[in-house]
Amino acid sequence: MSAVVENVTWRRMLSPTGNTGDAVFRILMLLVALLMVGIVVAMVIALATDSMLSIRQFGFSFLTSQRWDPIKGEFGALPFVYGTVASSLIALLISIPLSLGIAIFLVEQAPHYIARPVGFLVELLAAIPSVVYGVWGIFVLAPFLRQYVEPALAKWFGWLPLFRGTITGIGLLTGGIILAIMVTPIISAVVRDVLAAVPGSQREAALALGATKWEMIRVVLVNGAPGIAGAVILGLGRALGETMAVTMVIGNRPEISASLFEPSYTIASAIANEFTEATGDLYLSALVELGLILFLVTFIVNGIARLLVWNVTRRTGGVARA
Amino acid sequence: MANYGNADRMRRATSGLMTTLTALCTLLAVSALLIILTYIAWQGIGSLSFQFLIDRPRPVGEGGGIGNAILGSLVLLLISSAFGLPLGICVGVYLSEIGRGRVGGAVRFLVDTLTGIPSIVTGVFVYAILVLPMKHFSALAGGVALAMIMIPIVARTTEEMLKLVPHSMREGALALGAPQWRVIIGVVIPAAAPGIATGAMLAIARVSGETAPLLFTAFGSRFFPTSLNEPIASLTVQIYNYAISPYDEWHAQAWAATLVLMTLVLGINIIVRFLTRKKF
Repeated sequence: MSAVVENVTWRRMLSPTGNTGDAVFRILMLLVALLMVGIVVAMVIALATDSMLSIRQFGFSFLTSQRWDPIKGEFGALPFVYGTVASSLIALLISIPLSLGIAIFLVEQAPHYIARPVGFLVELLAAIPSVVYGVWGIFVLAPFLRQYVEPALAKWFGWLPLFRGTITGIGLLTGGIILAIMVTPIISAVVRDVLAAVPGSQREAALALGATKWEMIRVVLVNGAPGIAGAVILGLGRALGETMAVTMVIGNRPEISASLFEPSYTIASAIANEFTEATGDLYLSALVELGLILFLVTFIVNGIARLLVWNVTRRTGGVARA
Repeated sequence: MANYGNADRMRRATSGLMTTLTALCTLLAVSALLIILTYIAWQGIGSLSFQFLIDRPRPVGEGGGIGNAILGSLVLLLISSAFGLPLGICVGVYLSEIGRGRVGGAVRFLVDTLTGIPSIVTGVFVYAILVLPMKHFSALAGGVALAMIMIPIVARTTEEMLKLVPHSMREGALALGAPQWRVIIGVVIPAAAPGIATGAMLAIARVSGETAPLLFTAFGSRFFPTSLNEPIASLTVQIYNYAISPYDEWHAQAWAATLVLMTLVLGINIIVRFLTRKKF
């Protein structure tokens, strides 16, 4: 008796119309959707299993040790963590004002016939493949920074340890700048959606009270603040995991240096560079553990960003891109 | 004429200054794009020739080309589309038509978060589940890695496109007695087909520029592909290897290959924009 009831409720749940074809179709689609969940779970399990050797060997000191010496079998990830965080912060420092400016210009100021094509051009920056940024970074940006920008920074701000050291054009600063160009279109696209989701009545109210255009824009920015924070965190997530372009310009030396001119190394570029050359199980396992760390960090960062952006754009049904 | 005070003049000046600055930000971004594109065109066109497009790589000093890499990239795109497009579209159908409750919300959140997972991590994952058991790099592993990047993109664009289909069409078909699955396959998906297709094209453009997930799945090769079960060359990995090499000749070839890749990627993006300009 109860089995029959259960059977009926199951069928009701799967197919409100009571049609067998519907039930089959719904189960199929549900299975594919659950495959997504399966992929995420499988990623965690596979990465954790393959890095077990390194986790057992080094434990928490993996994150605090500065020594990365494959020959002696010592693996500490601190230089990579530092390089990843530092290059991403440089990128955000440049990119946040830039993308806010772009989004404000496109949403609040530019007339429609300018905003649409220009907005498309900015979005095209996001379509350029990472390796192409890398090629441009090696052959154009790095020499340019070496010849003009870095000597000037050393001359004016040389009293700061940040801008001391050998000028090579390849290093943390170059990596940060390349990343900034790459995340700007992503952040500005989401900020555009967020600003567009702020109700027009807010703008009208500010203007009616005698606010200037800029003061009105500040009201809009305050209104969209959580969404803007989400956009920035989304950009951060992208910067943390960006691989090819950074690998090609950051110098790939596992050392922590106060200078922005010195070579550095990121988690992603360490994996890209050393994975196929890794000899020995422990070396490979340490690299997979780097991948696991990167996965967990970007997963959390992206999750937070999505929640923030959703909360703002959901009200108007806007869709956050990228 | 009103007599503006000092404070008022300041406010106006600030407003003018800030609004000009935002325009400058936009100008900066657009010029970055134009500078990058001009450089690629200018540097790339010099080494581009028909021979370059069909030849395979040769040792330094003997010319060579990217024919095998172009073919390899196409093979990888075919494999990834074969897995990625159907699965992505199914997930999109689920999100738009079926999963409206808590499960749907969770899947949508995971799919969104998956788009942000670094592609190098996808590469490590596919290495762990395919390359290690098979004991060698292969085109198949590369294609699967690209498919995993494709699925979330296709899923979300498909979902958005299906949601644009008016409810009256679904109701009309249901009222005629069609079961839900017939309505979805026969009415909703065909109505959204152009949008789904453009989403698929954008996903293909996106993965055709991916390098990181291919480094230790498809690996690369200096020969034309003969089987899906062996390492295969791709445009992006070839560009990377040539760009970081110490030879000027290979640098020139990297620029030329970059021009080819950019033509493909930007071409798809511009075509998609042209096709969808009425809708957005």
